[in-house]
Amino acid sequence: MSNLLEINNIVKRYGDYTALNDVSIHIPKGSVFGLLGPNGAGKTSLIRIINQITMPDSGSVILDGEKLAPNHVENIGYLPEERGLYKSMKVGEQALYLAQLKGLTKTEAKKRLKYWFDKFDIGAWWDKKIEELSKGMAQKVQFIVTVLHQPKLLIFDEPFSGFDPINAQLIAKEILQLRDEGATIIFSTHRMESVEEMCDYIALIDKSNKILDGKLDDIKKEFRTNTFQVGLNTANPKEVEQKLKENFKVLPADFRLLNEGLKLNVKLTEGNSANDLLSYLTTQGQVQHFVELIPSANDIFIQAINKNI
Amino acid sequence: MSKLRLIIEREFIAKVKNKSFIMMTFLSPLIMIGMMVLVVFLMKKNDQKIKEIVYVDNSGIFSKENFKDTKTIKYKDFTNKGIEETKKKVEEGNHYGVLFIPKQDSLEVLAKSVEFYSKETPGLNTIENIERNVNKHLRNLKMTKLGINLEKIKASKISSDIKMFNFSGEKSSKMINGMKIGVGTIAGYMLMMFVIIYGTSVMRSVIEEKTSRIIEVIVSSVKPFQLMMGKIIGNASAGLLQFFIWGVLLMIGSVVVSLFLGIDASQVFSQDIDVEQAAKMKELMGNKADLFLEIRKLPWLTLFFLFIFYFLGGYMLYSSLFAAVGAAVDSETDTQQFMMPIMMPLMLAVYVGAFTVINDPHGPVSVIFSHVPLTSPIVMLMRVPFGVAWWEIALSMLLLVVTFIGIVWFAAKIYRVGILMYGKKPTYKDLWKWIRYNG
Repeated sequence: MSNLLEINNIVKRYGDYTALNDVSIHIPKGSVFGLLGPNGAGKTSLIRIINQITMPDSGSVILDGEKLAPNHVENIGYLPEERGLYKSMKVGEQALYLAQLKGLTKTEAKKRLKYWFDKFDIGAWWDKKIEELSKGMAQKVQFIVTVLHQPKLLIFDEPFSGFDPINAQLIAKEILQLRDEGATIIFSTHRMESVEEMCDYIALIDKSNKILDGKLDDIKKEFRTNTFQVGLNTANPKEVEQKLKENFKVLPADFRLLNEGLKLNVKLTEGNSANDLLSYLTTQGQVQHFVELIPSANDIFIQAINKNI
Repeated sequence: MSKLRLIIEREFIAKVKNKSFIMMTFLSPLIMIGMMVLVVFLMKKNDQKIKEIVYVDNSGIFSKENFKDTKTIKYKDFTNKGIEETKKKVEEGNHYGVLFIPKQDSLEVLAKSVEFYSKETPGLNTIENIERNVNKHLRNLKMTKLGINLEKIKASKISSDIKMFNFSGEKSSKMINGMKIGVGTIAGYMLMMFVIIYGTSVMRSVIEEKTSRIIEVIVSSVKPFQLMMGKIIGNASAGLLQFFIWGVLLMIGSVVVSLFLGIDASQVFSQDIDVEQAAKMKELMGNKADLFLEIRKLPWLTLFFLFIFYFLGGYMLYSSLFAAVGAAVDSETDTQQFMMPIMMPLMLAVYVGAFTVINDPHGPVSVIFSHVPLTSPIVMLMRVPFGVAWWEIALSMLLLVVTFIGIVWFAAKIYRVGILMYGKKPTYKDLWKWIRYNG
């Protein structure tokens, strides 16, 4: 799969402070790409460079095979973390204005706005001022404005903040739909559960450096510990645990089981496989639970950042 | 380019639709007229109150002849009542005050010992009137004493009125000089007001975009420079619209006034008035007609175009600075420290205009300040009615345009960084750092 966006060796300094230090990230076409990192890591600086709000000191950005140029703003949609619309301007006028700034004609913008307003069932807001709307309502308007010009690249910075779970779900569905229709999405968030849910690829930035990137599944494989959650209904749990400790690494576990029984996290050691473990367990009692412990995005995030200290 | 147009359009509409703009456009002329009427009315009212001053003349050398009544001051002779009784009477009664002229041996001593008692401190006009009357009589007495013939002195009085011309043959007079000062000052003040009003409006609009956080959405679509220029031009267009509306209102007003006075309206706007019209006006308005005719002789068209040019130039110059200030801060309360250096040259220009241009419109100070771009819009405008060489105006305009480009470049750098900075209030050092950031 080719890349829609290639960020090569970007360096950005503000005076003495280096915000981005030789960062390279490649974002495949048609993916949802999670741009992760703690506060102040440099994500916003990178996003601003992609949006051409600021220029890098060195390095290059290639969008769909072309060096990033001013006319590319029409191919990018950006929903900043700090949302904002003109408070005293009417919803419709405002949406039209912002759409035209992204290069749509007035008639085209009107047509598409009607589609989205009907889709979100907010047609009645057209003549309302933003200051009359609730925060969640304003966010919906802002989402529409971001995607209206059907950009190739969409950048969402914390898209779910300010939404209730139902509307967050609605927005998530729309984002995935946009990906399926061919858009590439950069998704920046601190909410790791939405990373699991949405992202195909991730990159992790910490202290101005990229410390990790790739396909989410591959990264998970990289971070896998070969640990299994084991639930066993057995007559002599002490003995089984003792026996397991001889061949495997056994750790305490705190997952939930519906029946009482032995609960353990068992880590495979060199030379034995999951099958070895499972076949031993079946001889000792009723196996109720046997699941590989897959590292969550949250675990990966914390581990990677801690390693980077 | 079409994005710039979109921004200008939005800024213009946002400004024009604003209630305060509509109020200012239509109400402020009414308020101005109302205030003028009120001031005139109050002055008239004030004048109508007649002050009755009584005098007690113990010297016996004054008579009612020496104290001529004016419109507002009436004199009454209370000499035969004696000073003590008169004082008491005045203190309790309605008379304004008591003038006491004691008996003295010499006129010189007498001149220094005249006293005036009143319940309230008298105004300058009143005291001057009394002093003039006393002075005049005492001087006449002294002259007679020295053997000078009063009749001859009276006969020797002559009054000159110098007629002034410039080399292009235009006649001028003290009155028209006064008019020029008036017109220049009003134009200069108006320009300052407009620069401040529209400049701060640009600043407020920048702060609003910053605090509402829409700025990041906008600058992901357009260059910050485009946004800044769009804002400045949009607001300037609103300003021009306001001038235009006022111009139309003024025209309508003049037509109404001239119809009211029975003058042919079509003549009011033409440059030359025929003799018949002039005579008619003279008859109607007395010597006010002279003034009216003189006003019309001023170079209105030049003045108008220069006003528009200097308004645009001065406004662009200052509003880009205002935009930079708006971008640097998070809220309007933080603007104070940056506003001072912007306001200073404006204030300076008005003071130079008010004190120097009036006395010596072509003196070195006036000439210098009418070329320094930060003050030139105001000072040059004040000089123009006195006649300024075209090359001087051209030079001043050129300097203004060049500086404008420089200042916009500099302001845009601060603006570009400032709009995305939140939190700490920047210092001048920070601003300097921002200017040196690249990209």
